[in-house]
Amino acid sequence: MNLFVLVWSYLKSKPLNSLLNTVLLALGIAVIVILLLFTRQLQEKIQANARGIDLVVGAKGSPLQIILCNIFHIDFPTGNIPLHEAEKLARHRLVKTAIPLALGDSYGGYRIIGCPRAYPLLYQSNLDRGRWYEKDFEAVIGANVARMAGLKPDDRFASAHGLSTGGHEHEHHFVVVGILEPTGSVVDNLIFTSIESVWKVHDLPVQPADTLQQQPSPLVPSVTAGDSTKEITALLIQYRSPLGAVQLPRQINQHSSMQAASPAFETARLFSILGVGIDVLTAMAAVLIGISALSIFIALYNSLKERRYDLAVMRALGATRLKLVVSLLLEGMLLTLGGTVLGLAAGHGTVHVLAATVEEIGRNGISGIVFYTVEWIILTGSLVLGVLCALVPALQAYRTDISEVLAGN
Amino acid sequence: MCTSGLVFAAPPEVCNGVLFLPFMIEVRNLRYTYPRRNNTLQFPDFTLQRGEQLLLLGQSGSGKTTMLHLVGGLLRGYSGSLKVDGAELKDLSEARLDRLRGQKIGFVFQRNHLIAALTAEQNVKLACYLAGVDENKQHNDHLLHELHLDMYRKVRVTELSHGQAQRVAIARALVNKPVVLLADEPTSALDDVNCGRVIRLLSEMAREVQAALLIATHDTRLKEAIPNCIELTTP
Repeated sequence: MNLFVLVWSYLKSKPLNSLLNTVLLALGIAVIVILLLFTRQLQEKIQANARGIDLVVGAKGSPLQIILCNIFHIDFPTGNIPLHEAEKLARHRLVKTAIPLALGDSYGGYRIIGCPRAYPLLYQSNLDRGRWYEKDFEAVIGANVARMAGLKPDDRFASAHGLSTGGHEHEHHFVVVGILEPTGSVVDNLIFTSIESVWKVHDLPVQPADTLQQQPSPLVPSVTAGDSTKEITALLIQYRSPLGAVQLPRQINQHSSMQAASPAFETARLFSILGVGIDVLTAMAAVLIGISALSIFIALYNSLKERRYDLAVMRALGATRLKLVVSLLLEGMLLTLGGTVLGLAAGHGTVHVLAATVEEIGRNGISGIVFYTVEWIILTGSLVLGVLCALVPALQAYRTDISEVLAGN
Repeated sequence: MCTSGLVFAAPPEVCNGVLFLPFMIEVRNLRYTYPRRNNTLQFPDFTLQRGEQLLLLGQSGSGKTTMLHLVGGLLRGYSGSLKVDGAELKDLSEARLDRLRGQKIGFVFQRNHLIAALTAEQNVKLACYLAGVDENKQHNDHLLHELHLDMYRKVRVTELSHGQAQRVAIARALVNKPVVLLADEPTSALDDVNCGRVIRLLSEMAREVQAALLIATHDTRLKEAIPNCIELTTP
């Protein structure tokens, strides 16, 4: 027999009450944990995806759309930009590297990107099997694409126009030549091919550059520099110096037909928009936790009334005031700790199940088996909450007049 | 047999070559004033040795329970002298009084007051734990056996009959081998047969652990079993 057995017996003697309090708190905690897991991981993924890209240049339109389209690949392009204008920008003294992207098609909902090899390398992605694309209509696919679409080297597939499944199918067939290792970034969900392949799918003739007379394009070496017929979707830029952040966006936006968008700025804006929804959900979770705290307080307070005799008898049996106070605090802490552990488990479990069943979530690399130090704070906080709920009953237990209670039959 | 004065006035000394044990309860000039009602109770002097038994008779409101609570250290603030196992209760610190209650004094309450959330055996063991005494399994088993509680050990006390619950309460009062056993109206709700049974049990068990037994009651049936008594008169 010890305090723990005593407290546990009290909780067990009112199973429904204890269950209700625990579940109420667990619900609140679970909502908080789910929000935490989603927002943290989303933020991490977004930051990881935008790493190494200082500026995205696309056709005039919404800068947020340019970022969503060219970095996260979840939106449509704003339009195309002329290759020769992009070339001029690539040669700018403040530009260190410039990676051209040509978008337009997809396979099974996975986007096909025409780009030089530098783009997947930006995410430190290495080949898991096969080789890099060399000829037209050869493709290297991300790890998720291989897994979800069931593609393997030497498989053939036809691209569809747009980003959704069921779009108009082109007659050209791509062949898989390589599969990338999983990186946890957007690369896992992409299909890479050469820019020329994308042009050819859309029936744009590619004339090889006449190397004797003209310079090849710095962005797409197979065509002549200054070719006025070719277009690409966007240009990903790394600055040579911080001065680029000051000068380049304004120059591009004012003196060209193109639009510059900063991933850092646009993702921050995106989060401030999402933040409102997250705040509402957090407030709801806080209300749930508040209600459960009130419920635990009321339960302890009521049980104290029923237990006045028990407390007096225990004092008569030699229990010190402190022992009784500790037993009540322990009861409050056990309830809140139980609720919190249950809530943490439910939160992680929910995210895990969602990641496994909902493709959109699993595809973004969100996992339920990721733990943050904030969860220790939640756990500690729950113990403090338990103490707070039990404080008033414990003080009353401390002040119990044994003789009066025992004589007051 | 009833007197309302000194019952056992013999001091603890050698008398006819026999060493008298020290008094377990020693009451002299004991007065208690209720803080809110402002009336004062004056109690008769008496002493009780190990193994001795005494009835505290009186009508409701005569101060029996108050007397019992004073002896049990549940009430303080008396004047005069009240010693339990040689210690003047009003001089003890709160912590020492708690320890004395747990280790030296056993209570049997009128309504048993068992902890409803626990089983019969847990109720008994709780008394050990709260008093800070190590469980003596042999003694526990012996007590439960003597009180015919072997088969009810794991039963929640809410499922016990009144008689069974009262036996659990007696086991709980005796588990720490107290030197003083206090019982408050243990038989008030019982018929003659059960009354006889309970008082015999209390008396026998108290004798077995050599505890001084003090029973507060208005039930004159008990005089048959315990002839020694003092009567409290309503002030």
